[in-house]
Amino acid sequence: MPIITSSKTKPEYDVAIVGSGAGGGQMAFTLTMAGLKCVMLEAGRNYVPETETAMFQRPEHTPLMNTPTPDKHMGFTDATVDGGWEVPGEPYTQASNSEEEKFWWWRSRMLGGRTNHWGRMSLRNGPYDFKPRSRDGLGFDWPIGYDDVEPYYTKVEMLIGVYGTNEGLENTPNSPEGVLLPAPKGRASELYLQKHAKKLHIPVISIHRAVLTRPLDAENIPKKLYPGNPAAQRIIADSMRMRAACFWATDCHRGCSIRANYQSTTVHLPPALATGNLDIIPNAHAREVTLGKDGKANGLLYIDKTTGREERVKARAVVLAASSGETVRLLLNSKSARFPEGIGNDSGLVGKYVMDSVGASVGGHVPAFENLPPHNEDGAGGPHFYIPWWLYKEQHAGKLNFARGYHTEFNGTRAMPGGRSPLGDDLGKGAYGTKFKEEARRYYGSFVGYTCRGEQVPNENCFADLDPSVKDKWGIPVLRWHWKWSDNERNMAAHAAKTFTALIEAMGGTARSSKVAIENGGRVIHEVGGAMMGDDAKKSVCNGWNQVWQVKNLFLCDAAPFPSNADKNPTLTIMALAWRTGDHIIEQTKKGEL
Amino acid sequence: MDDRTSPRLQRREVLKWFAAAAASAHLPDCCQEAQAAVPAVKGYGTDPVLANVYKPGDFWPLTFTPEQRLAVTALADVVLPEDHLGPAASTLRVPDYIDEWISAPYPAQQKDRTALLPGLQWLEDESKKRFQGSFASLPETQKHAICDDICGTGTVKPQFKRAAAFFSKFRSLAASAYYGTDAGWKAIGYVGNISLASFDGPPPEVLAKLGIEQTVK
Repeated sequence: MPIITSSKTKPEYDVAIVGSGAGGGQMAFTLTMAGLKCVMLEAGRNYVPETETAMFQRPEHTPLMNTPTPDKHMGFTDATVDGGWEVPGEPYTQASNSEEEKFWWWRSRMLGGRTNHWGRMSLRNGPYDFKPRSRDGLGFDWPIGYDDVEPYYTKVEMLIGVYGTNEGLENTPNSPEGVLLPAPKGRASELYLQKHAKKLHIPVISIHRAVLTRPLDAENIPKKLYPGNPAAQRIIADSMRMRAACFWATDCHRGCSIRANYQSTTVHLPPALATGNLDIIPNAHAREVTLGKDGKANGLLYIDKTTGREERVKARAVVLAASSGETVRLLLNSKSARFPEGIGNDSGLVGKYVMDSVGASVGGHVPAFENLPPHNEDGAGGPHFYIPWWLYKEQHAGKLNFARGYHTEFNGTRAMPGGRSPLGDDLGKGAYGTKFKEEARRYYGSFVGYTCRGEQVPNENCFADLDPSVKDKWGIPVLRWHWKWSDNERNMAAHAAKTFTALIEAMGGTARSSKVAIENGGRVIHEVGGAMMGDDAKKSVCNGWNQVWQVKNLFLCDAAPFPSNADKNPTLTIMALAWRTGDHIIEQTKKGEL
Repeated sequence: MDDRTSPRLQRREVLKWFAAAAASAHLPDCCQEAQAAVPAVKGYGTDPVLANVYKPGDFWPLTFTPEQRLAVTALADVVLPEDHLGPAASTLRVPDYIDEWISAPYPAQQKDRTALLPGLQWLEDESKKRFQGSFASLPETQKHAICDDICGTGTVKPQFKRAAAFFSKFRSLAASAYYGTDAGWKAIGYVGNISLASFDGPPPEVLAKLGIEQTVK
């Protein structure tokens, strides 16, 4: 089965999946390997990374030297199609006119969704991250714990390939021996920071990222993932053999034509399609989950964007993995006599407790890096090192004025120049001519930037509902965002900025620019929540199997069910939970429970 | 209304620039105003083919007149000349990239257009006033005499404030383009964007200079 149009759908599927990114991709993979017949709706167009990725294009090969524009918000070569902070014809609205209460919502309209351009940071949540309320009395505990998810973190890491090291640090889990791929060597600025951060007792360690630093072991991994299923083993092994190891060039945000990093389109969807059990309908914009007389979901209504017509697919179970915002919107728009406030929304909690990561940045200049001998620091197309949250004990002892933690990502490499001036006027002091070129060369590689990814405590003021009047170009009501950071996040951002300045100074440098002010909600593109999981149907939307309480064959498999948003980037956890939910669907299907 | 659809706003910006320039010394030729209006073109859209190799002019028409092109080429080569670090800006098509930039239909670029085009006119007028020739025709010493007044070294005299802002923007744009090319990479010391069989980290001389060791084995 293949990429199809809406006229080619089967009369009924076992499972209909909305969304083709991390959650939808993993779900399709898991279900089709077990023989379930699936249909996937993707609101964007088909996308083929092998031929569509701008791999080695220099800034001079791209319009405006790859500078961000209103058409491509992260620059021309960014692997985003028909997306960004705004999507033509698909508005969203703000409840407040206040600039700081704005929520920024990044979407893309392409097969694989936002997995095509993400940073590939693949950090496991730790045991604390599933039980935050038990630790500090704030927010919500998950109904599941680290031990429930651990086997799936391991399986996902084996399937997609994640590099990194096991450091055994607090709440920063190790992977089982042999699962992680070798960590890439440290770059000069990373090693220099690692050395000088010791003075501040701050650990700098290898980050985990979904990039192949060597080819996957296609002989053995498939057997471990699917013992007793030779057909699945063969398909997965073939798919793994199609993926090359990183050739240490080009930024991962461009995507990867040699499949060296994880994108749903290069890792999850090809083997799922190879089973023959998956139909993918691109340009299919889901508008409503339909409800049968038996109270179960029986399929979806969607707009075929190629014709503008409303179409329907039928299925015995429905999985929403449309991104947390779109999943919330779909739930709220699926109204019926039984569910006048949206399907599965008896609790009234659909759309509530949306969270993003806390972002704050400081840039600086480190003279030690001036005039270094030229050397290639492209590396794995993203960071090799990071700083995990490290102040658990101080926080526990009440020494910090905020709850939860942040990890730190940074750059400071001799990255690809072009598209911006390498020398600010203040440093150049008016130089032009050969003097300018000499100064540009001297300063190149001497600038560093630090940014935090922190945990927001969920609050009542951050949520999404349907705008009462605004509709998208197909007449579907759109989301209206409500946003207010609390002092907890502001204090965290201030702490991070202070830390980053101290790190830069520890290296003998000076901070030059800082966005000490916390970034707007949504800007980090880690929005999670809005359909929280829990162990009480009155206080949550779904249970610990991502299963909507009132509609037992409806599952939410993006980040919408997250009751908290650990500082760890959400994607790996989305995939682990999708695989776990997929196994549950398979088991329930076998028992005839769905 | 955004800048893209508001020629009036653009004109207002231009006039402001001229007003300041006029107050400072002399009145430049106001024929620039028409050219500074917004070209009615679209951008490259939200789904352009990414894997192609493009050049200025592929997505929207360019702006410079032959005279402007001469001035831009001359100024770009003063800012980024041929020397021991690499070729002159004009041989790397830097003037084309500046033209592409100020011709683009996006708000940020349109804003730069309102600084760049009147700035170029000022440069020509200043050249004629001081040295009786177009900027491109002047010997290097005279080009430098003008640039030294506006490059931002030391205190910029009040009458050169606007021209200095123009020069700063021009230098920044020229450098953005220059260092996005293969020769520009050599000039600055970037040696990446090539496929490698392995990534070995910084070479020994870099580790030694920084007093660090490779910690990933």
